[in-house]
Amino acid sequence: MSFDVSDIKKDFPLLSCEEHNDSLIYLDSAATSQKPQKVIDVVSSYYEEINANVHRGAYHLAEKATTAMEDAREKISDFIKSERSEEIIFTKNATESINLVAKSWGAANLGEGDVVLLSSLEHHANIVPWHQLAESQGIEVRWIPLTESGLLDLTDLDRLLEGVKLVAVSGASNVLGTVPPVRTLADAAHAVGALCLVDASQYVPHRPTDVEELGCDFLAFTGHKMCGPTGIGVLWGRSDLLEQMPPFLGGGEMILDVTQEGFTANTIPWKFEAGTPPISEIVGLGAAVDYLESVGMNNVLEHERTLTTYALNTLKDRFGDELIIHGPHDVSVRGGVLSMAYQDIHPHDVSQVLDDHGVCVRAGHHCAKPLMKLLGVGSTVRASLYLYNDESDVDALADALEATGKFFSR
Amino acid sequence: MSGLEDLYREIILDHYRNPRNQGELEVPPAVMAEGFNPLCGDEIKVHIQVDDGVIVDIKFDGQGCSISQSSASMMTTAITGKTLEEVEGIIYSFKQLMSIHEKSLEGGSETVGSSTTGLGDLQALQGVVKFPVRIKCATLGWNTLEQCFEELDEN
Ligand SMILES: Cc1ncc(COP(=O)(O)O)c(C=O)c1O
Repeated sequence: MSFDVSDIKKDFPLLSCEEHNDSLIYLDSAATSQKPQKVIDVVSSYYEEINANVHRGAYHLAEKATTAMEDAREKISDFIKSERSEEIIFTKNATESINLVAKSWGAANLGEGDVVLLSSLEHHANIVPWHQLAESQGIEVRWIPLTESGLLDLTDLDRLLEGVKLVAVSGASNVLGTVPPVRTLADAAHAVGALCLVDASQYVPHRPTDVEELGCDFLAFTGHKMCGPTGIGVLWGRSDLLEQMPPFLGGGEMILDVTQEGFTANTIPWKFEAGTPPISEIVGLGAAVDYLESVGMNNVLEHERTLTTYALNTLKDRFGDELIIHGPHDVSVRGGVLSMAYQDIHPHDVSQVLDDHGVCVRAGHHCAKPLMKLLGVGSTVRASLYLYNDESDVDALADALEATGKFFSR
Repeated sequence: MSGLEDLYREIILDHYRNPRNQGELEVPPAVMAEGFNPLCGDEIKVHIQVDDGVIVDIKFDGQGCSISQSSASMMTTAITGKTLEEVEGIIYSFKQLMSIHEKSLEGGSETVGSSTTGLGDLQALQGVVKFPVRIKCATLGWNTLEQCFEELDEN
């Protein structure tokens, strides 16, 4: 399918609704993406036509709901090239997916002095669960440093890997856009007998994903950043690992048997899905995957690369040294996340004036305070691109930045 | 006036560009408290020195947006030389100013209640209430000042 961004934009009602008078410039997809009409329709028709609890009723409707949910699992499994759909575990979001690994696999397998190696790019979601294990079981959290340009500095990797049991890295940074060499890290982890977890929250929405190619053991991502609903995330894990891991939460759905004496855990994936799952959200995520497949993830990647190049060039041409864009500028190793410092205007003030021009960007530490500290800033202005953005959005950002400069020099 | 100009009044930008009473005091005799805005990463330190129930010196330092920095700067000028009791009153009035609902502002500034008169330059911050996420910026220095008072009580 050929990719025409003006057609894509029309698929997203919020981007063309009258309330915003066509003047909404949405550049905050790293925080959450907008939703295509198809996803919205599938979610509402689920409630209108299918709604029943899953895995519980013998009646026709309950079967339909169960099928809808399990079909979505298949789709999501295919989307990331997983060989077995039982390797897809539904969670609330990427944060819960990572916590599941830390609290189940980590608690069972890590102890005093074991090392979890993180990159310096990580989101708090892939930091705090490991800090918690440091507190509860005495593990050590170690950091892969960054180069000047915001890439991972792997020169000392061999030394960094000593004592490591898990390498946990983001597939793409939500601050700098950096896309680390996951395959290299996964292979290096395996060579020392460690596992590799990828926080793919900013990866899966933006490029074709193949868990075999990535070579990792766990992959965490979140539905709302990939055109899906909020409240639904995914943990993919290698089935041999998942089978050995103890359950995370206990309750209904996750058991085969319960007696007064104890319980027997269900098989995967349900072993990790205690309680009534977010069924409509799962079905909605299935629809989001259908939508992204119909556009083609290669097209999404290509479009974002072209647009990121346009953005980097436009901002450089128009603002020169007045605007700093953190992180790598080579689009082959970065995604469409642009973290900026503009003149000496505080990011909060920049985003306020941008908002006045209808431009939605994020100002803050982006849940990556250790990275902010390395960058030597308290916060940045972050504009992030997705499949529905086009050059006019980048131009609007540049115009609004110029207006911001004028406003604060009055 | 557009909302934006209402938010960024001249006096606010002036305090942002030329902060008054920036710096630190020696602890002791001064007391110090630190405040954070976890949403945006703003940080502030407030030092006060109190003699005989009067704030004889106050300094602030930190990194933050124009609203948090100017509000802290204006706060220092408003409370220097005041008794602790008077300062409690100013804090109360300022918080009142920050909690006035947007609706009451739509008619113009005269709807501001009498309890917030006497704030002087600080009145300029009333535009902040139209931007609810920025209220936390404006009150950061003030909440930190209150923490200083807790420090005082403990000493
Ligand atoms: C890199 C990264 N990891 C994890 C998360 C957490 O996602 P969620 O809040 O949906 O769990 C985010 C999004 O905020 C992210 O950008």
